[in-house]
Amino acid sequence: MKVFEWKNLVNEKGCFEAVSELIDRIERSKLNAYITICKDEALRLAREYDRGNLKGKLAGIPVAVKDNITTKGIRTTCASKMLLNYIPVFDAHVVEKLKSEGAIIIGKTNMDEFGMGTTTETSYFGVVRNPYDLDRVAGGSSGGSAAAVANDEAVLALGSDTGGSIRCPASFCGIYGLKPTYGLVSRYGLIPYANSLEQIGPMAESIEDLALILEVIAGRDERDSTNSGRDFIFREEKVERIGIIKNMDASEEVMNKFYEVMSNFEYGEIEFPSLKYSLASYYIIAMSEASSNLARYDGVRYGHFSPFLTSWSDYYSRVRAEGFGMEVKRRIMLGSYALSAGYYGKYYLKALRARTLIIEDFKKAFAKFDVLVSPTMPSLPFRIGELKDPLTMYKMDVNTVPVNLAGLPALSIPIGFIRGLPVGMQVIGNYFEENKLLSFAKIIEENI
Amino acid sequence: MVSIEEVYHVSRLAKLMITDEEAQRFRKEFEEILSYFDILDEIDESIPPTFHVLEISNIFREDVAKKGLEQSEALLNSPRKEEGYFVGPKVVE
Repeated sequence: MKVFEWKNLVNEKGCFEAVSELIDRIERSKLNAYITICKDEALRLAREYDRGNLKGKLAGIPVAVKDNITTKGIRTTCASKMLLNYIPVFDAHVVEKLKSEGAIIIGKTNMDEFGMGTTTETSYFGVVRNPYDLDRVAGGSSGGSAAAVANDEAVLALGSDTGGSIRCPASFCGIYGLKPTYGLVSRYGLIPYANSLEQIGPMAESIEDLALILEVIAGRDERDSTNSGRDFIFREEKVERIGIIKNMDASEEVMNKFYEVMSNFEYGEIEFPSLKYSLASYYIIAMSEASSNLARYDGVRYGHFSPFLTSWSDYYSRVRAEGFGMEVKRRIMLGSYALSAGYYGKYYLKALRARTLIIEDFKKAFAKFDVLVSPTMPSLPFRIGELKDPLTMYKMDVNTVPVNLAGLPALSIPIGFIRGLPVGMQVIGNYFEENKLLSFAKIIEENI
Repeated sequence: MVSIEEVYHVSRLAKLMITDEEAQRFRKEFEEILSYFDILDEIDESIPPTFHVLEISNIFREDVAKKGLEQSEALLNSPRKEEGYFVGPKVVE
């Protein structure tokens, strides 16, 4: 549902009634998009809206928030047993912004545990199902946010994107999802997985809606030392030079669909020699940062704990063994390995050198083009359980991770269906050129 | 090649207890994943590493005290607390 459609609904029956119906829909849904539904507070705010007391750019609009974004007084789990009962005592920057503009936070959405996955199958709360085929995944890691928007269980949503976690589920669920330029949106209150790669970003059913919520969440925040301090205001810009990244990967049917849409445009092509390094570079950096970030879970200050206080080392190791799922353990272990004595130079430092090469390829490309395009995902949504081993799953992020390594903004646009399943196109822009991305996406939106 | 001893060594570094079954599974998976990472061996050592994508340096603010969390808030999620402190396991072994 688009924002204007929601507003029509509210004008017709009132916000309280509209929100009640939306919550009914969530409670009856088979998708498993939500971990926590904020029923009482959402209904209270809806009533306030009907009384004329809720004001702002997002007044009365139901927004779903990924469950790795901190919400004061509302359980925030990262879809992990480790944080099953964690109640934050502060709001993330983006949540403060949503509230100050009158948004109604409708609930916290399901995801891969700590964002580590491409299918939401690593969630402690079970997989999120695809709204177009319940036997298939919604994508990940922000699968709950994407499925909620696609199935009218929310109007807007926030996700986070470390290596494709907004764009992948947006593509699989047939909606729009944007990973902003690194530093545009404050990460204060985003429970960290890999700090140098991740950004919070919006998910919606139209470009206009995506721009609306991005305007709200972007901007200065001194509590995130990597925040750029820039604001975002949407205005349409000319996009003339479009480049296809030729060596990005997709199945034949996805590629055909992609080129069918691109045949409406004049475009050039470019090859990225560094692309073959991007997955290895991404996974080494993400796992290394994860192994350090997740060291904070000690069973003492918050999170899963053990009733038996043994020695420090034993207690700490046991609590973590009980609280973390398999994929999280795998990444902590591999990250610790990559950073350990004797391997730092072989893995971590090499990954950072590859990162330099990837950034250089993007620099060269943006000297020639305004935006770069590719299929978002190499395939249609997977069947639940289809991806059996970790490396096969990691390889599905091949088109999305280069953007995170470079810190660039990228968007997934729905471009149609194959056998009833959504296909997405990725549009990549230069630093802080979100307006070019959104302008190009709007042309596609109007022509499909 | 990854040995089972290396897997246990890393599990101790990461403070993550693993079962024998998990260790066997990780050994096999790590071998496969790490050999995939070997593609980076082609990269020239003269290329500088990128630690941060944005060229921003430390952003300083005025050194003015601000309101932080109350003690009760900081302790809210802790399973064990005593007289305003967290209770943790014994550190000296």
